[in-house]
Amino acid sequence: MEKFAKNHPLWTLVIALLVAGFLWLVFAPWPPELEAAVGRKRIFLNALLGGITLGALYFLVASGFTLIFGLMRTVNLAHGSLFLLGGYIGYEVATQSGSWLLAFPVVFVVVGFLGLVMQRFIFSHMEGEELRQTLVSIGLSIVLADLMLWFWGGQSYTTLAPALLRGPVELPIISSINPTSGEAIYIRYPSVRIWILVAAIVIGLAMWLVLNRTSLGMVIRAGVDDREMLAASGVRIKLVFLAVFVFGAGLAGMAGIIGGTFQSLSPGEDTRFLLASLVVVIVGGMGSIAGAAIGAIIIGVTEQMGLVYAPTYSVVFTFLIMAAVLAFRPQGLLGAGR
Amino acid sequence: MSLADQAPPRASRGATKTAGPTSWIERIPAAWWAAALVLLAMPLVANNFWLFQVMGWTFILGMIAVSLTFLAGYGGMVSLLQMSIAGLAGYMVAILGPSGTTSISLGLSWWIVLPAAFLIAAIFATLSGALAVRTEGIYTIMITLAIAAAFFYFTRQNYTIFNGYSGFNLVLPPRLFGVDWRDPVAFYYLCLGCAALCYGAVVYVSRSPFGLALQGVRDNPRRMAALGFNVTAHRVAAHAFASIFASMGGILLVWQNAQIAPGTIGISSAIDVLVVAVVGGMRRPLGAFVGAFIYVILQTFSPDVLGAFGFSAERFKLIIGIGFLAVVLFSPDGVMGLWDRWRARAARRVDPLTGQPR
Repeated sequence: MEKFAKNHPLWTLVIALLVAGFLWLVFAPWPPELEAAVGRKRIFLNALLGGITLGALYFLVASGFTLIFGLMRTVNLAHGSLFLLGGYIGYEVATQSGSWLLAFPVVFVVVGFLGLVMQRFIFSHMEGEELRQTLVSIGLSIVLADLMLWFWGGQSYTTLAPALLRGPVELPIISSINPTSGEAIYIRYPSVRIWILVAAIVIGLAMWLVLNRTSLGMVIRAGVDDREMLAASGVRIKLVFLAVFVFGAGLAGMAGIIGGTFQSLSPGEDTRFLLASLVVVIVGGMGSIAGAAIGAIIIGVTEQMGLVYAPTYSVVFTFLIMAAVLAFRPQGLLGAGR
Repeated sequence: MSLADQAPPRASRGATKTAGPTSWIERIPAAWWAAALVLLAMPLVANNFWLFQVMGWTFILGMIAVSLTFLAGYGGMVSLLQMSIAGLAGYMVAILGPSGTTSISLGLSWWIVLPAAFLIAAIFATLSGALAVRTEGIYTIMITLAIAAAFFYFTRQNYTIFNGYSGFNLVLPPRLFGVDWRDPVAFYYLCLGCAALCYGAVVYVSRSPFGLALQGVRDNPRRMAALGFNVTAHRVAAHAFASIFASMGGILLVWQNAQIAPGTIGISSAIDVLVVAVVGGMRRPLGAFVGAFIYVILQTFSPDVLGAFGFSAERFKLIIGIGFLAVVLFSPDGVMGLWDRWRARAARRVDPLTGQPR
């Protein structure tokens, strides 16, 4: 960072000013002129927080996708179906047993097992044939989508969060100042969303630690760089592939429970989240966890801000970001150059 | 009446070179003449539903799929954008020409509308193609899928140009030469003519210098670049060229349904085009039409068959998905590949020296 500041003093100044302006927008009470021009601060903050939590959800889905792609070069377009399947199973488990938390291990095991079957019996037989793997995953997504439509029908489901996580919490961010009493009003936000954000950060950090601080992570990183060499040096790469695929699938399934809790589950959601993870991964860079995190936040915030301030063009903003990244940095913001 | 009868014998191209000068009539294999006769004479025996819905939809889907076959088979770029390009051309016909939504449609006459639709779709294809070719191989699928999805959501949300959810209805073809082109027989011949034109164009261009260079780019871009070919320009040009077929299919699609809405260009439709092209086989342009025929037959008749077995008629997608998986898993070059292998095996059964079966 110091080196960057030394080499690009002007850019550092611009970035520092932007960060300062952003922090001011978030924490300071807005003057009336600004509220008149842009709208209430509460709306802005809600869009921002909504975008960040949506980004957290996107990160959970996209990190498995990017990990699988980075290691195996498999573009698993059935990833969205795993998400939706996890959501449905989570809904069933949570309503049958009455325990929201129990749904997570169950879904991780069930969806992870499906991922194991997919990798072991289908994808591993066509290693290196990337296009064929992608086509197979498209076929799987069609079949899975129709099977899910068969079992769960077209209506939408919402998983109820446990009582502990329901209700709003007050954040230490000023929403507005009461004009008569001069008392600051703080923003209130659903606590379940805060917990989702915390969970995503914890999972992201855990993944980062495993990838960068353990021998398993070392093997996976080596596999991302050069899997032939890794296989030649005696690592049982098939097992590593299987483990990563199962983990990525299970993570997508667990993200499905979270998606079903804070939004809802219906037949179109699988493509929606598949596309979201595609865009996140294209923007952030293939095979990079940190890239997925940055991409997810960018796309989530853009989507929510777009929905609030320019509803007609919200999709176009997301797309423009993707196009801009592709035009200037085709490998993604944090992707390794190839 | 199967379209699979049209498959050209593999040896015919090689044979013409050694056989010396023959008239062009003799050089076209007999199976082609038979297929052409069947297709041309079909209105004599088939009913209107068969002509308009089944065969019309087959040709339209085939045209959209052949643009993908051209890109994927000769250019090595699997693009999921072709349905969006077709949809954009269709939308342009509805927006610029007359439609039921008079507040948006401009109602211009057909000789402005049609070229403009082709042009705008080609510009869209060129721009998105230029984005897609920034990356290679597997990334192309993802990027084109993302662009197609963005276009779909945009048409659904935009009410000033694309009229949002409801789209446009009452989009009718112009009454040219005093013919009602939505009449089943007229529409059948219109689709047949356009499909034949597309097929011929793909075959012709694939043997032209541009097509050969494109196949070179597919097989080894670095070597082609070293030979002095502009790899990116060839790829972008392929996207622009393929858009013509997709637009033609899209315009005919609007005329067939007399309406267009975002549902027409949804993500599942984009994937359906890929399914059609892969099931038919991407090695040869004919595969697109064969795949389209299979798809439309399944789509039209599976509800009855499923109903007979006690399933709900909605399980059609499941059949398509399983069939697609089976094709990708067991015959990656599609139905045409199966046909080729079957012919090769049949040819091996005959002793080349004596002509007797072994």
